[in-house]
Amino acid sequence: MNLAIRDVRRNKLRFALTALGIGMLLGVVIAMTGIYEGALTDALSLPRALRADLWVVQQHSFGPFAEPSRIPRDTRELIRRMPGVAAAGAVTFQTVQAMAGGKPVRLFLEGYEIGRPGGPPGLIAGHGLTESHYEIIVDASSKLKLGEVVPLGPYRDPYTVVGLTRGMVSSGGDPMAWVTLQDAQALQFAVPPPLERRERAAGRSPPTTTDINAVLVRLEPGASVAAAAQEIARWKHLAAVPEKAEESYLAQFVIQKMQQQLGMFMGILTTVSAVIIALIIYTLTMDKLRSIATLKLIGAPDRVIVWLIVQQALVLGASGYAIGLGLIEQVKGYFPRRVQIEPRDLAVLAVVVLVICLLGSLLGVRAALRIQPAEALAGG
Amino acid sequence: MHGISTHFGAGPTRVDALIDIDLRVDAGELVGLRGPSGCGKSTLLNVIGCVTEPSEGEMRIDDEPVYDRRWLRRDLRRLRLTRIGFIFQTHNLLPFLTATENVAEAMELNGVKPREARERAIALLDYFEMRQVNAYPSELSGGMAQRVAIARAIANTPHIILADEPTAPLDSARAQAVIDLLTRIAREQRAAVLVVTHDASIFHRFDRLVSMRDGRIEAQTTPAVSETANA
Ligand SMILES: Nc1ncnc2c1ncn2[C@@H]1O[C@H](COP(=O)(O)OP(=O)(O)O)[C@@H](O)[C@H]1O
Ligand SMILES: [Mg+2]
Repeated sequence: MNLAIRDVRRNKLRFALTALGIGMLLGVVIAMTGIYEGALTDALSLPRALRADLWVVQQHSFGPFAEPSRIPRDTRELIRRMPGVAAAGAVTFQTVQAMAGGKPVRLFLEGYEIGRPGGPPGLIAGHGLTESHYEIIVDASSKLKLGEVVPLGPYRDPYTVVGLTRGMVSSGGDPMAWVTLQDAQALQFAVPPPLERRERAAGRSPPTTTDINAVLVRLEPGASVAAAAQEIARWKHLAAVPEKAEESYLAQFVIQKMQQQLGMFMGILTTVSAVIIALIIYTLTMDKLRSIATLKLIGAPDRVIVWLIVQQALVLGASGYAIGLGLIEQVKGYFPRRVQIEPRDLAVLAVVVLVICLLGSLLGVRAALRIQPAEALAGG
Repeated sequence: MHGISTHFGAGPTRVDALIDIDLRVDAGELVGLRGPSGCGKSTLLNVIGCVTEPSEGEMRIDDEPVYDRRWLRRDLRRLRLTRIGFIFQTHNLLPFLTATENVAEAMELNGVKPREARERAIALLDYFEMRQVNAYPSELSGGMAQRVAIARAIANTPHIILADEPTAPLDSARAQAVIDLLTRIAREQRAAVLVVTHDASIFHRFDRLVSMRDGRIEAQTTPAVSETANA
């Protein structure tokens, strides 16, 4: 007969409330893993979608997402003419502020050359950029609508939304947007009209620049990434970062702090869950001292008693885990950023919960094993 | 048992609960144990029940040594499981099991398959005219709970049944009913039944009445001689 289950059944409400409490804690832990995985996916979504083999950036730079990189525009032409290079595209990145539905929205804006690597992947609506000016493609998460006009830059230039992507955000979670390279450069370096007038009045031309942040390189099939990177590095002011390396830089530098932050928090929550499970199992055992003594008296082996306690810990852990997972599955859509629940993280957490339950029952088991069968007889 | 002594503690706080006890209880015999509070009745029951180990002496159950001079100890837990049935003043049923489950669990601990244990438990409760087989202990009256406890005590057909003041919380009619049951068990199951009691109204029901004082056996009488002779 399964004593643990019978006891749970007889004390349904108490177990349900306890499992709910543990479930909420574990739910938060699951959410944390989901937030981290989501941030990682977000951060890598852009470099992955752009399908470059190499990122050419300023020397000693780890790439446009990890740190600033500024190189001359003609770099693109130099790279494109290299043997083994199939295509090269100049790109710029910057953050701009726009209004969507009356609310401010930050966009991570990429400038790219039409027809070259760097354009938006997989449009879900509309079309790619066709005009060299004042067209913009945005990610649907910005809440901007197709055909909407977005004023950008110091001159509030009217950009019309012509295309939408899905699931494309920066490592900071801002929706992506694309304009032509020329527009991007104008937006990045244009000065406000009063300053421009002052500069002209002083007989100086206002600062302009045609610099870019990186060149995206696609190689011919069969060409060696390493060899091409080495070749590019021969230009003293340039560095070439393979796509895989770029992804790992992003994961390392941009996401690492967040990982540590969430890791700490998850550690604390897990410890709290462990302490709560241990306490509850201990109290449950204390409440059953007389039953346990009676069981011993009528000849139950220690095995039966240990299993009774450990099983209750496992029942609590397992139902808490299920409740937590259920809760998060229900609410994950309401998070402002991507929450991505990975089977691998769930498996790790399941093992952690198992260990917590076993450790948590130690205290109760120790107390139970100390009980003497004679205690069942003592007193009324 | 022969020459059994038990003391608790040492030095000035030493308590001699049992001093040189000689006692023999036969199968089918219903023996009462009386005496003032603190004279060692419960301790004696615990020693016989393989719960408390005596400090000295020999004890045999079914002619097999449990404790002897060379201090051989048998597996006390197994002895409790297979040879001894306990009945307490309070019923001591497991509160999270139903009446049937409480009885069946004792059988399962002794290796009976769950389905069979359940059937036998229901049959046993029926034999005791106990109908609320699916009630939890908290839903049972004192007398009914005590019947379940007795059913549990004999679940594994023990050779010795030990009852510590089983009738104390019951009114006299129910007390008589419990003694009826115990007598029936002694006779029908050929078990040695040892009952601690203060209740003078049931003294006459025992085959033998053992009086204790200060850890020693003071007297043994046979109040029921005439009654058993009639039976
Ligand atoms: N576990 C124990 N530790 C110390 N002293 C005990 C213990 N159990 C019983 N005693 C003592 O042994 C004596 C006999 O107790 P007990 O057998 O319970 O008496 P009764 O059941 O006849 O009232 C008492 O003085 C009691 O205080
Ligand atoms: Mg007593």
